[in-house]
Amino acid sequence: MWDRNRSEGYPLRRREVVEHLIKDLDDLLIVAGLGAPAWDITAVGDRDLNYPLWGAMGGAAMIGLGLALAQPDRRVLVITGDGDMLMGMGSLATIALQRPPNLSIIVLDNERYGETGMQATHTAGPVNLAEVAHACGFEQAATIYDADEFDQATPAILEGEGPIFFDIKIRAEEPPLILPPRDGAHLKDRFRMALLGPAKGVNPAI
Amino acid sequence: MTETPATWPDNIFAALKALDVRQVAYVPDAGHTRLIEMCLHDNGMRAVPLTTEEDGVAMLAGTWLGGERGVLLMQSSGIGNCVNMFSTLRVGRYPLLTLITMRGQWGEANPWQLPMGQNAAAILKLSGFQVHELEDAEMTTETIAAGGRTAFEANQMVAVLISQRLIGSKAFAPAESN
Repeated sequence: MWDRNRSEGYPLRRREVVEHLIKDLDDLLIVAGLGAPAWDITAVGDRDLNYPLWGAMGGAAMIGLGLALAQPDRRVLVITGDGDMLMGMGSLATIALQRPPNLSIIVLDNERYGETGMQATHTAGPVNLAEVAHACGFEQAATIYDADEFDQATPAILEGEGPIFFDIKIRAEEPPLILPPRDGAHLKDRFRMALLGPAKGVNPAI
Repeated sequence: MTETPATWPDNIFAALKALDVRQVAYVPDAGHTRLIEMCLHDNGMRAVPLTTEEDGVAMLAGTWLGGERGVLLMQSSGIGNCVNMFSTLRVGRYPLLTLITMRGQWGEANPWQLPMGQNAAAILKLSGFQVHELEDAEMTTETIAAGGRTAFEANQMVAVLISQRLIGSKAFAPAESN
């Protein structure tokens, strides 16, 4: 079974989901996977503690792990897509073994590869990423299909004991591009400056 | 191989402590066994076993974003898995320190190890690394210290290639049977 069109009928919309999750949460450390998730967090408002990826496919969750281990007192939220997560499924095993209590991973699962022309991914078929995460050892891992389930899951995503994984089924659509800065060193440096302060942020020797 | 336990892994560990390395991403490796065990037992370090090497590259980007220092321990055969993720760190001008035990060099008996082993340094240099070759155990401490300084203070990707001459080559059968 590979239903390549069903996600066009899913009720949840990606921009609304992301805005609902992160709006006005200034302390949240956000890593966004390449493509649409990076545009989604930027649509809510570009901020220094956003780390939107323009590449690194398969790596979003692991960047989140390194960040969560380094900043155990801050909530780290990885927002990525099904394509990125499928490429990095092994990272779910690695993260489950480390059990970072401050790390939440959400997959905006439109069952499509958006950047290459909206081709169907494996999640349009039999693959269930939340079950993969659960099988790896995530105690909180579930698939969300509608607004009620999303509302119920939101406190856990933002404050629950991690590692937390939710696969959020969203409608296949292509909202307007709202692009973050492209320069990788700038994105890194501004994040470190905002998180660590200007001295340590720009001068690693300190 | 020498009959007494090699001390160069102890020297690497001490050098990593001196660099204030807190996160150690690794894949299991015969050459790094002793070092990995020391890292796993150190309360000031978080040693993270990976399922594939490029996950460690991505993880260490997050480590640096969060204000800590890390290291990636792998075998030369893992370099090829990392190439795309190296580009993420390069474009971000991130530091990266990786300590790579070499296969496919001195005395290698597994032909499958030869392609990555022979091309390791060239691939790393094409990916933007500064490459240090460690062949003499007595140079261990200063090589790690120098590589770490360049990585973490100059925002540079640095690879230390630990020679198969130092580690010893893997034996697949008793010599007398060949």
